[in-house]
Amino acid sequence: MIPTWAQLLYLFGAVCFILALKGLSGPKTARNGNLVGAFAAVLACAIPFFYGDLDHVPLIVAAIAVGTVGGVYGARTVQMTQMPQMVALFNGVGGGAAALVALLELHEIVELGGDVQKFTLVATAFTILVGSVSFAGSIITFAKLQELMTSRPVIIPGFPILFGGGFIGAVVLSVLLVHEPAMWLGIVIGLLGLLVGVLLVLPVGGADVPIVISLLNAFTGLTVAAGGYVLSNTLLLVAGTLVGASGTFLTLLMANAMGRSVSNILFGALKGGSTLGGGEASDRPVKSAGPEDVAIMLGYAERVIIVPGYGLAVAQAQHTLRELVDLLIARGAEVDYAIHPVAGRMPGHMNVLLAEAQVPYEQLIEMDEINDDFKEADVVLVVGANDVVNPAARNTPSAPIYGMPILNADQAKQVVFLKRSMRPGFAGIENELLFEPDTTLLFGDAKDTLGKVLSSVKAL
Amino acid sequence: MNDSVVWLTIFILSVFVGIEVISKVSSTLHTPLMSGANAIHGVILLGAIIVTGSTDNNLALAVGLVAIVLAAVNMVGGFVVTDRMLQMFVRKKPATKPAEGADK
Repeated sequence: MIPTWAQLLYLFGAVCFILALKGLSGPKTARNGNLVGAFAAVLACAIPFFYGDLDHVPLIVAAIAVGTVGGVYGARTVQMTQMPQMVALFNGVGGGAAALVALLELHEIVELGGDVQKFTLVATAFTILVGSVSFAGSIITFAKLQELMTSRPVIIPGFPILFGGGFIGAVVLSVLLVHEPAMWLGIVIGLLGLLVGVLLVLPVGGADVPIVISLLNAFTGLTVAAGGYVLSNTLLLVAGTLVGASGTFLTLLMANAMGRSVSNILFGALKGGSTLGGGEASDRPVKSAGPEDVAIMLGYAERVIIVPGYGLAVAQAQHTLRELVDLLIARGAEVDYAIHPVAGRMPGHMNVLLAEAQVPYEQLIEMDEINDDFKEADVVLVVGANDVVNPAARNTPSAPIYGMPILNADQAKQVVFLKRSMRPGFAGIENELLFEPDTTLLFGDAKDTLGKVLSSVKAL
Repeated sequence: MNDSVVWLTIFILSVFVGIEVISKVSSTLHTPLMSGANAIHGVILLGAIIVTGSTDNNLALAVGLVAIVLAAVNMVGGFVVTDRMLQMFVRKKPATKPAEGADK
């Protein structure tokens, strides 16, 4: 039995987690919110050391130390462009931990025998299954984003049978486990969960992976909640449920921002409507120019809008871009950054990347607020972005990104694309905007070419 | 009152709180919010500690220690990386003001 003081502290921890999420959803309170959450989590983990009879304390402390060092090292060294896969990895190991905890609890139940509530066994099976799904799925998302494997949808022949078979098998075994708890059932459920997790994420195309991360994050939350029920721990139940509910809601928000439904993201590739197009470069004629020409266009423009994309961050060109923008502003132009909700690899990712380059918050304008300004813009400078300005999202119902809200860059008087090559964007589809007469292309590495444009503008 | 119903009540109410509390988030903060929520479920570390501390089977102990390492990575790494992201949102505001003043 958990002593009352500990239960009250768990309640305190649960309230802290609610305040943490609340804080995280406002720009001013976000950092404090995160600290409140961290404080509550550390406090909560200290509680079991002060009641009851915890065995193996030195080993447990050592294991915590190992995990802490690993986590801090990963979190401190990861580059901001690789954030999404880091979050996926952290999420995956959390899911894995929850599944292992449930397996251990099952072991306890089998050893002790006696009367166990059926619902506890249901929750145990759920934790093992969904925890392993989350673990395996997150590892695959990590591999996709880290480009350890292709980011295109992978479709295995007989996929529906494997996936369906794995899932149904796991459910049947879970029912058996509830009737007659046995260790081997738990282990097989876990293995099937791993299979289902891998199969769930394989057919998802590159651009949709972040939404899957969010979904798996919600899964892990629910897993932790179920684990809390199994262990009769209210804090785990509340924390897990909060993350499960807010994670699901956040997934829907993100999917909405991309104009896609979650089921379409997960299973779209199977229905033939792949999330990735051909991915081939076209040889249609385009208008390209040198850095000096672009410098003249920018130098004499009154209203400039920058559309930053992931390519900007990959080239580490944020600082050069900021210098260029500062210079244009000093020359009297009105310059803003138009931030598409899914610019970068995750919603809000671009804000983080630009914030890292010390771009003032006020210059970052969200899509809905700036979309009407494009028609007054003299020049729109698209740096390393593609899909977020692709008019196919508006005009071509057959395009994979059809329905996704886009930035109205095509309404501007001039559009300049900074691109490495004619290769299509993350979604792998050709961008009609590149072939418009008002569009100029400047090929090359973003950092390099922006540097040249910058010095040319200085020389004007 | 039935014990299971108490748990169900906590669960359902938490669902509503979870949705309500983040319903006004701007898309700017989606990534840090996801990352912060991710760190919060790392509190499964608590569960891992309790389970590992009450086992007397060597294999179970080993599995439990693995669970602790994984959960600690999730929890600690999650909060640290979220803080790193949010630091950038905060730091630049004071940095821009003197720059603007210097221009004029």
